[in-house]
Amino acid sequence: MSSPSAPPPTPSPPSPMKEAGARSTTRLGDRIFSGLSKGSGIALLVIMAAIAVFLAIRAGIAIAADEGNFLTTFEWDANADPPRFGIAVLLFGTVVSSVIAMVLAVPVAVGIALFISHYAPRRLATPLAYVVDLLAAVPSIVYGLWGALYLVPRMTGPFQWLDDVLGWTGVFAYDGTPARSLMTVGLLLAVMILPIITSVTREVFLQTPKANQEAALALGATRWEVIRMTVLPFGRSGVISASMLGLGRALGETMAVATVLSPSFLINASLLESGGGTFAQNIASQFKEAGSMGRDALIASGLVLFLLTLLVNGAARLIIARRKEYSGANA
Amino acid sequence: MKTRLGAVLACGALVLVTACGTDDNSGLPGAVDFSLDGLHCGRTGTLLASGSSAQANAMEVWVNTYQANCEDSQINYKATGSGAGVQEFLQGTTAFAGSDSLLTDSEIEESRSVCRDGGRAIHLPMVAGPVAIGFNLPGVDDLVLDAPTLALIFDSRVARWNDPAIAELNPDADLPDVPITPFHRSDGSGTTDNFTSYLHASAPDAWPHEPDKAWKGHGGQSADGSSGLVGMVQQNVGAIAYFELSYAHQNDISTVRVDTGASEPVEATVENSSNAIAEAEVTGTEGDLALQLDYATREEGVYPIVLVTYEIACDRGNAPETLDLTRAFLAYMAGEDGQRALGEIDYAPISGDIIQQVRQRVDAMA
Repeated sequence: MSSPSAPPPTPSPPSPMKEAGARSTTRLGDRIFSGLSKGSGIALLVIMAAIAVFLAIRAGIAIAADEGNFLTTFEWDANADPPRFGIAVLLFGTVVSSVIAMVLAVPVAVGIALFISHYAPRRLATPLAYVVDLLAAVPSIVYGLWGALYLVPRMTGPFQWLDDVLGWTGVFAYDGTPARSLMTVGLLLAVMILPIITSVTREVFLQTPKANQEAALALGATRWEVIRMTVLPFGRSGVISASMLGLGRALGETMAVATVLSPSFLINASLLESGGGTFAQNIASQFKEAGSMGRDALIASGLVLFLLTLLVNGAARLIIARRKEYSGANA
Repeated sequence: MKTRLGAVLACGALVLVTACGTDDNSGLPGAVDFSLDGLHCGRTGTLLASGSSAQANAMEVWVNTYQANCEDSQINYKATGSGAGVQEFLQGTTAFAGSDSLLTDSEIEESRSVCRDGGRAIHLPMVAGPVAIGFNLPGVDDLVLDAPTLALIFDSRVARWNDPAIAELNPDADLPDVPITPFHRSDGSGTTDNFTSYLHASAPDAWPHEPDKAWKGHGGQSADGSSGLVGMVQQNVGAIAYFELSYAHQNDISTVRVDTGASEPVEATVENSSNAIAEAEVTGTEGDLALQLDYATREEGVYPIVLVTYEIACDRGNAPETLDLTRAFLAYMAGEDGQRALGEIDYAPISGDIIQQVRQRVDAMA
């Protein structure tokens, strides 16, 4: 399999063409360009480090003053004296709503991407791809309003059905109150991250080497077998990267969650009943009336989200690195 | 092909946005004439202020009127929320803050570092607004509740609308057998603080939770901001929530009449809340005008749940270059014209004696 990743620059006999180009521009242009790109790279690291240091310092102040346990307290009373707050509910809500979103969105996104790249006739594929890209441009507050005004009232029926069928598990129990729960949030987040996963996945699938696909066809494979044998293995790390991009958006989504969810500082065993909260939603809700300690406490919760995102991205990098031999998009 | 499709989609998104935006919550009547004779203008310049969103609509009218009549004066009021407004004021970046809760003692101490001439921050009550309790119950327009029943409802201890506790207060109403869904604010809010202060003061047995900007009651659902609560009440039969009166009026939501123990249950109106302010006691010292409302009042025609919004400013100003403009603007707000403008947008003017003291304090800011 040909790897599109560029080979490391090895000293090779310079071709006359290259030599000529180099002579006229190398000195100044190259140096400026390499300086600029190096500078950008370093600036990024410095900015990330600065954010981490800032978050850590302010978070340290808050955690030191916290009367409750920062990890296990089911309460957010950061403006009280003494302050009591903990992130248990927020961590749970953030992870659960994002996981629901991923479970719902990734298979659908892969399906749409495959349809666009391998099934749909070109006349349909182009506008469809365009519409999916356009979905990514809708601001999250609009998704939030759509969720609150349209989706929530229409979830009562399906939730009731889930309760009838799976209510005995406890996880899908539903009490008939407005459906502003982690499940609805997960569903909304799934819609929001669908376009980004779809478009990245689609691009990766389109890069599957023609030779491989034709070889599979020549062996008598059906279209599905071609996809299974060439497109999916080739695109796997790309799908993982795309999912991580989507997960990043789901973890950090603020306004849509704040508009749809009915937050509380209790963990509800049922995913269908209201309650819970996410890091970003809680920061948006509490920031306006926060005193100085309240702000530091919110920053501490922001630091946890920062670490969570780093962890998730790191894990994804690891998975991709292990499958490097297949990687088409992620070298 | 592409462009046409894009246009259709963009139009769809636009329809969605405007359809959602038709509930005009700005509180301003259609066409407002901002001209005003005899408005005393201060020195020109730019004034920065921020804080409470509860007074945002009043500020909008005040700022527009002032700017329309005083050329070259720019006043920026950002409705960031009281907490953020106070923080900015204490950092010295704004001339005054709007807040619907009082500064703590340590915040007043902190203000000495940004106030001029050894001054300190003082509270100037400028706007009051009734906190209405809106409900959605088809067939029932007039509902009377008292503090203990409200406390039980919002603490999820009365579950259905035809509960005897509610029926007893409303012998003539045809109360349906519908579950009650109480909604509260999910964000920290002075409105929550006020409402729970009322519950705690008037029904301490039924509402054991300490008043706070964050909701302490049990159960129910929550939503972001007063507009979020309004949306929930409109959407859900059996819902009940608390928000500023203007939200109830603009969205045609029925409000609860509160049985305070007076001979007639009191309706949430501008007039009835002005009466509550008249009853309020000034608890601030050294020229500070912090107010203490009597939430447990039984006076006739006094609506007990009233949110007072203060402008927090230094008693001798904080920055010499904006002092004159700050004074002129505050003087206009506290003046006859400024206060009269409030009644038209569902806010209650601050009544006689107290507003007189506010004017004196503003005059003395030199």
